[in-house]
Amino acid sequence: MNQIRKKNEWLLPLFWVFFRIGPSTFGGGYAMIPAIERELVANKKWIDEKELADMLSIAGAAPGGVGVNAAAFVGYRKAGVAGAIAAVAGMTMPTFLIVICLSLIYLFFQDNPKVEAALKGIHGAIVALILLAAYRMAKSSILDIATTAVSILTFLLLFMAKIHPLAIIISGLFVGILLVKVKELFGLKVKTERTGTSTPKHELVYPEYYI
Amino acid sequence: MILWDLFLTFLKIGFVSFGGGYAVIPLIQHDVSVNRWLSPVEFQETISLAGMAPGPIATNSATLIGFKTAGYMGAILSTLGMILPSLLVVVLLTSIFIRLQHNKWLKSSFYGMRPIITGLIVYAAIHLGLLGTSEALSWKTTGTLAICAGSLYIMLRYKFHPFTVILLSGAAGIIIF
Repeated sequence: MNQIRKKNEWLLPLFWVFFRIGPSTFGGGYAMIPAIERELVANKKWIDEKELADMLSIAGAAPGGVGVNAAAFVGYRKAGVAGAIAAVAGMTMPTFLIVICLSLIYLFFQDNPKVEAALKGIHGAIVALILLAAYRMAKSSILDIATTAVSILTFLLLFMAKIHPLAIIISGLFVGILLVKVKELFGLKVKTERTGTSTPKHELVYPEYYI
Repeated sequence: MILWDLFLTFLKIGFVSFGGGYAVIPLIQHDVSVNRWLSPVEFQETISLAGMAPGPIATNSATLIGFKTAGYMGAILSTLGMILPSLLVVVLLTSIFIRLQHNKWLKSSFYGMRPIITGLIVYAAIHLGLLGTSEALSWKTTGTLAICAGSLYIMLRYKFHPFTVILLSGAAGIIIF
């Protein structure tokens, strides 16, 4: 009973902390890790450095936005499933409301030629942001001939063959394992992650910074 | 029932949204066009709005598509569908506490998955950038590409913040279009 009350005391603070971190970054991905680190490790001391490392590896491996995953991890550690729900709700609610407001504003001004022109301009910037994400992703993913081929093949399959992207992603889970096995069969050394020293340190830690 | 369809579609997409956000844009686009929820132009506008707002672009897109197709309930259910898989998988992984960092199977899997995600993101960018240009390069596409190139340049060269770039490109759009 006492323990339940103790857990419940966590729910509001969890919700509130992520409510504030959520909208402070763009893209919602690794960009918010420094904010989480500052707030939860340095200021509040809710998690320590070791837990932060676990958080990063779990948040990066699970599907979904890294920010939302990190919130779920911290929430679960502090107050179980209810904590995870509170933290994720805190993380999602501000952006949800902002998106709805944007949508309403856009509906209202839709027929204004200036607004329409501005949105067309912004479209160019969004395409640039997506390309930038692709570039960062490529830097951490294209390591050898095999990965280059997989990347090009994916693009061609999507562009020419109109294969369902879901099929490509699901097969992707096994492609890597297969490639590594084949390479080992031929006695080739496989490097599954970028470990070079030419890139700055923060990009090594957060390879998919903008995602 | 459209609400249920929205929820299930984004739940499905949520489970495979590895690498965060941009990689599932082609997936969202595929299902949106199959279900005829939005026209291609509406979809393009939706992605622009989703990218402007803070937070993951995939979740933002789900919210917007849900809102446009089925109002507030649609927005809520689509967003829930998108984040529920994250919640489930993270809780599962945390509770069984696998040390993922040095797991060889996981590393191998991501070794193959990352280049696929790269391919998906490049496809998303090109498809969104060149939509509706079956004819020659139109004024609109040229403008979009110019703004896109300019944005890339100031972000890479001068490290402009994405939000500043979005504001500048909006202003550029008003001048050009």
